[in-house]
Amino acid sequence: MSEIEKQCPITANHIKVALVGQPNVGKSMLINSVSNAHLHVGNFSGVTVDKTEVLFDYKDYHFTVVDLPGTYAFTDYTIEERVTHDYLCAEDYDIIINVVDATNLEKNLQLTSELLTMSKKVIIALNMIDEAEKENIHIDAEYMSELLGVPCVKVSAATKMGIEDLIDAVIQKHESDKNRPKLVFSEPVEEEIAQIVWYLDKHKFQSENSYRNIAINLLKNNKKTYEKLHDEPIWTELQPILIEASRHIELHHDSDDVKEAFAEEYASFNRGIVAEVLKQENTKEQKTLTEKIDNILIHPLFGIPIFLFFMWGLFQLTFEIGAIPMEYIDAFFIWLGDTIGATIGNADVRSLVVDGIIAGVGAVVLFVPNIIILFIGIALLESTGYMSRVAFLLDGFFHKFGLHGQSFIPLVTGFGCSIPAYMSARILKNDRDRLLTLFIIGFMSCGARLPVYVLFAGAFFPQEMAGSVLFIIYVSGAMLGLVAAKVLKLTAFKGVDEPFVMEMPKYRLPSVKLIWHTVLTKTMMYLKKAGTFIAGAAMLVWFLSNYPHNPTLQEEYWTKIEKASSESEKIHLQNRLDEALLEQSYLGTIGKFSEPLFAPLGFDWKMSVALQTGLAAKEVVVSTLGVLYALGSDVDSESDSLTTAISENIPFASAVAFIVVIMIYLPCLAASIVFTREAGHIKYFFYLLFFTSLVAYIMAFIAYNITLMVA
Amino acid sequence: MKTLKDCEKACRVKVLKLNTSGDLKQRLISFGIMKESVLEVLEHAPAKSTIEVKIGKMRIALRAQEAELIEVEKV
Ligand SMILES: Nc1nc2c(ncn2[C@@H]2O[C@H](COP(=O)(O)OP(=O)(O)O)[C@@H](O)[C@H]2O)c(=O)[nH]1
Ligand SMILES: [Mg+2]
Repeated sequence: MSEIEKQCPITANHIKVALVGQPNVGKSMLINSVSNAHLHVGNFSGVTVDKTEVLFDYKDYHFTVVDLPGTYAFTDYTIEERVTHDYLCAEDYDIIINVVDATNLEKNLQLTSELLTMSKKVIIALNMIDEAEKENIHIDAEYMSELLGVPCVKVSAATKMGIEDLIDAVIQKHESDKNRPKLVFSEPVEEEIAQIVWYLDKHKFQSENSYRNIAINLLKNNKKTYEKLHDEPIWTELQPILIEASRHIELHHDSDDVKEAFAEEYASFNRGIVAEVLKQENTKEQKTLTEKIDNILIHPLFGIPIFLFFMWGLFQLTFEIGAIPMEYIDAFFIWLGDTIGATIGNADVRSLVVDGIIAGVGAVVLFVPNIIILFIGIALLESTGYMSRVAFLLDGFFHKFGLHGQSFIPLVTGFGCSIPAYMSARILKNDRDRLLTLFIIGFMSCGARLPVYVLFAGAFFPQEMAGSVLFIIYVSGAMLGLVAAKVLKLTAFKGVDEPFVMEMPKYRLPSVKLIWHTVLTKTMMYLKKAGTFIAGAAMLVWFLSNYPHNPTLQEEYWTKIEKASSESEKIHLQNRLDEALLEQSYLGTIGKFSEPLFAPLGFDWKMSVALQTGLAAKEVVVSTLGVLYALGSDVDSESDSLTTAISENIPFASAVAFIVVIMIYLPCLAASIVFTREAGHIKYFFYLLFFTSLVAYIMAFIAYNITLMVA
Repeated sequence: MKTLKDCEKACRVKVLKLNTSGDLKQRLISFGIMKESVLEVLEHAPAKSTIEVKIGKMRIALRAQEAELIEVEKV
């Protein structure tokens, strides 16, 4: 029976929807609420920088919804806007859902009016209707549909209100004819449009788009329409008509820019629509909550100290709260190692599992609580709207170092992970600014480096201070990044300053669900990486540090141990043997080989090796140290913990230098690949490699010697 | 000639002209900053390097250099 059901397909229709709207109007959240996708949502412009397709079924239809980066208007101002513009003009899709922010209708309609001149079916989703109601804004959607000639549906992505109506409207529109949008311009413009339409009609011009839309686009100087008509025979006659028409319109608007004239036309049309359909009660000018909060948070004097305090608090929490479950996780992995180890007979396999995989993965998983707190902090920054405020506060400061204020957004993202940070640098308009930011992102210590810092801060500083030490590490990394930016700006990326204009979103209380999902996704990614990539790397490190075997060396020590008189001497000899075996392993050979290079920084060969394996991923630094010190660790020390091993085996000055290198050198393999892609050329990768390695080496050398002198 | 850069906090002004062209002008226009629109200065960043203005219901941050390109008069 069920076989037959499967074979009897519903005549499924496929609808491809492009989601278009200004930034931060809830496009991604809308997709999340119609499907079970978990697209990244945040309260600032530039969260979505690339298109993403989401598939879902509803009634008898298959839907493909494409989430596009937000765009204020049909310009190619930034790369992400170009993504949207190119998609809309060149790709194949059935219908556009234009998402607008119902609490800010007039501004959002600017983009809508441009969409209406395309020959596409359009639906308008009046999103954030829950917020609009709270602000006593009432919109007559039916009347609006009638006025614009386009279906308008009230929805709320947050409360999932009206979502079904929206999809039903999409299906209905899909089944019916194209829109006949009713954009009305001022008399003089309408006259010019009529003339061009008449001309196109006279020549029976073949086109998908309506004559009226073509006329509007021509008058607006739309590049794509121009290109299309340029090679047509009618162009020679059309051109003088257009020039004359533009002149008339410019004259009418007292402007020398026809685009500006059209923007004014749109604006007055939209003002008219809003006046008709929108009623706001209780309009006496009050300070909004956002403005009241802003009075404190972006205060010229207190703004920056408040921001620094928040950051310090975050790292304090990261360390303090993160330390609580750590003990248990540590104990769990020791127990796991012992238990599993006891069931394995073969000594080599046991060592691989216990000292290799469990020690390596355990060392990384240990820091999950810290990572979670850091991710929560970043999620709060992203979803409350505070992010743009900090960009505002720091712009002047950043500017002095040659960075763009908006660079702050990719840079902050970099504290989580460098990969999305490289992507989000697309919000920068200028290629030079973007490249500069790409080079600096690595200086913002990503989440994967946190374990290394927590490990070393915990090993060398008392509990109360460790949080502040973390804060200092992060801030000095960022400061170093700024100085590096200045140097690069003065040498490699010389050029004029780009304008800084950025929308400041309203403050929003982040929903627990949203934060939960964001943090969960990122944490699962971290864990998944620990279980796969890191486990693999740990096995490799284990193998390289256990082979080749050296029976003669073993024999030699064993006879010595037999002969040893006291118990303590036996243990001492056993430790010497382990060290000796490790040193003659493959990894030991590599480490010994590169040791001279790192000797000026005070690193022993184990640290050198950990840095090299760290090129694959920063978590591997910890897991390598975990494996190396698990193998060669003192068997008599009461605690097996890596923290203790580190504080006993590594001098303080070397540890400082080590942290400095971790702070500066290449994030990881995956990030390097994304960097190369975003920068656009492999040569930039080599520049980055050279630049960061050099800076890391010099800074670590300085740090090492200063610490030696002071301590 | 008065520009947005010269405006104090809480000052309300009307835009007379945008002394710029190309991309920046387009961007300002798409934010609603064009001839005849009314702006209110909300806040200055430290050292007045950056300005926050309110237009309609939207808040926009722009640098002093950009504010200088926007010719305004008091309302
Ligand atoms: N109150 C409310 N907030 C919303 C709604 N839709 C989105 N948001 C919030 O608006 C912000 C922007 O959402 P996002 O999906 O990232 O916008 P996008 O840039 O258009 O993709 C986030 O802070 C969301 O929580 C809604 O319907 N109601
Ligand atoms: Mg988005």
